[in-house]
Amino acid sequence: MADEKKEVLVSVKHLEQFFNPGKKDEVRAIQDISFDIYKGETLGLVGESGSGKTTTGRAIIRLYKPTNGEILFNGTDIAKLRNGSKDMQEFRRETQMIFQDPYASLNPRMKVKDIIAEGIDIHHLAKDNADRDAQVANLLELVGLNPDHATRYPHEFSGGQRQRIGIARALAVQPQFIIADEPISALDVSIQAQVVNLLKEIQEQRNLTYLFIAHDLSMVKYISDRIAVMHYGRLVELSTADEVYNHPLHPYTQSLLSAIPIPDPEVERRRRPVEYDASIEEDGQKRTMVEITPGHFVFAAESEIEGYKAKAASYK
Amino acid sequence: MSKILEVNNLEIDFNTYAGTVHAIRNVSFHLDKGETLAIVGESGSGKSVTLRTIMGLLAKNGEVKNGEILFNGQDILKKSEKELNAMRGNDISMIFQDPMTSLDPTMPIGKQVAEVLRIHGSISKKSALDEAARVLELVGIKDAKARLKDYPHQFSGGQRQRIVIAIAIINNPQILIADEPTTALDVTIQAQILNLLKELQTKIDTSIIFITHDLGVVAGIADRVAVMYAGKIIEYGTVDEIFYNAQHPYTWGLLESMPTLETNSDRLHAIPGTPPSLINPPVGDAFAARNAYAMKIDTEQEPPFFKVSDTHYAATWLLHPEAPAVEFPPEIARRREVWKKMNPQLAGKDPEAQAPAPEAKAAASSTEKEAD
Repeated sequence: MADEKKEVLVSVKHLEQFFNPGKKDEVRAIQDISFDIYKGETLGLVGESGSGKTTTGRAIIRLYKPTNGEILFNGTDIAKLRNGSKDMQEFRRETQMIFQDPYASLNPRMKVKDIIAEGIDIHHLAKDNADRDAQVANLLELVGLNPDHATRYPHEFSGGQRQRIGIARALAVQPQFIIADEPISALDVSIQAQVVNLLKEIQEQRNLTYLFIAHDLSMVKYISDRIAVMHYGRLVELSTADEVYNHPLHPYTQSLLSAIPIPDPEVERRRRPVEYDASIEEDGQKRTMVEITPGHFVFAAESEIEGYKAKAASYK
Repeated sequence: MSKILEVNNLEIDFNTYAGTVHAIRNVSFHLDKGETLAIVGESGSGKSVTLRTIMGLLAKNGEVKNGEILFNGQDILKKSEKELNAMRGNDISMIFQDPMTSLDPTMPIGKQVAEVLRIHGSISKKSALDEAARVLELVGIKDAKARLKDYPHQFSGGQRQRIVIAIAIINNPQILIADEPTTALDVTIQAQILNLLKELQTKIDTSIIFITHDLGVVAGIADRVAVMYAGKIIEYGTVDEIFYNAQHPYTWGLLESMPTLETNSDRLHAIPGTPPSLINPPVGDAFAARNAYAMKIDTEQEPPFFKVSDTHYAATWLLHPEAPAVEFPPEIARRREVWKKMNPQLAGKDPEAQAPAPEAKAAASSTEKEAD
């Protein structure tokens, strides 16, 4: 449940990210989204491809310059930081990313220890070479790899092991906040569970905050404390993981949930997919995120609030 | 039901710089007419290699060491390239995983769909395009006639996969091979494509082999399921038998590592370790090193197929009459309860007790030839 006393780590306010703004091929990838991420929690971000979830992650880590809006990290608006400034460098250390493709995200010509220590070098976090090696060895052990393998190259590792290297690299600079963009979707089922368990363990040990971007909804439910659903560059629903899954309010969320394949033939035989008609969003009504029940927000117009309230009540 | 495809004792090696990879190690299965068979397993288990071999698309460094693939009684492995060309896209066709790369970006889609007809029969350009438009409508491309001249990049991922399916079905193939056809798609689009495949199956009366690693998809689409591990099939049965009465610990591991929406435990069940190298495949049960239920014999001797029912076989020593009783993992125990409710006639009987078929002991040498 949304605990008012929780400390906000990241606060996104009216963020908009347009590509080629003002031109004919303008793409409005994110339109006016606002949400908070609390310290120590995992916020899951789901939506189909093109919904803007990856763009949101990349905007928060300042890989883009936001078109409009604020991104507050520990109270500082990072949208206004200059590249190369001291504050920016500190922000880059505090925030790290784990990427989707464990094959493309590791430089094949670098040894594992140099991949992991690149951030340590940039931020001058090691006293000397021995300290650097010791830090790398610790990190490898932390992610369940053999420290003796530090001098190997990425191609000598399997997909799951490479993703562990990517996790070690993110942890090397002792960040507070990690954005994981589809970190398990390239892995086999039996390996996915290993990596998800590892991410959870490390979060508990180091009190990390995660933004977990994924389209595998059952895994997102499992790892997240709260879930934000995106559609067409907008946030349509935000609440605790259990609320979103058990009491979905927005028709898009309901459609998304109804499409998840369940590993149970009996359930599959009874499946009734809910179709979502996106044209209802284009009726010209002004919509904002409205808190329907405590901590449960839905993108709704003034006239729809009563309907959502009634729906929420019907779940009780 | 009549068998349309039969794979017997297939063995395939790949010659690589690192050594010879024994990718397929004695695989046998069959496909009934009109059914959907799902083959599940992780990367490197050999599921794609098996199906590519059926299509005659084995990579150059691959070598069939043994076995036969009977399609309507004829061995595909003995066919010439010319005969294979006549078969591919006509009798057997394939849907690939990635709709972004399996279409030619420089060719209008109408031409790409019609090409299959032009190659496999003497048909005029005009009527081939008309037929292409009809099939594109069938797979759900709206106003297909007007879009025949459009290029792949003008379609979304889901639409492109529909076009790939149109190419695969335009000649009413007897067998449709789908290699992870929905893995690259969003869940909502995935649901649409799966429904489309189910509809088409009844409309054009085809049999489907479906490869995937998503057990949720399998539960929705398959009639029967074969589970592969390290180049072998280790368990096969009807979809209910595999999901509710699985016998092999690897199948248990797969079922357990999927979070169901009810999962609330703190940690997911993960299968420890990684699959073995197939350059030197392990002796005995290849899964033994990752298997909490492994016994001494698992590291010494390869388990034969034990019969669970007429349709359900599993290669695990746990089914041997002398094997100790095991305590099932909670998720598997829950599924077995469902199985008992579905099959009240089995109530009271220990599910293990029906296992030992006389041929199980006789087959304990190593080769497995299923009697079905």
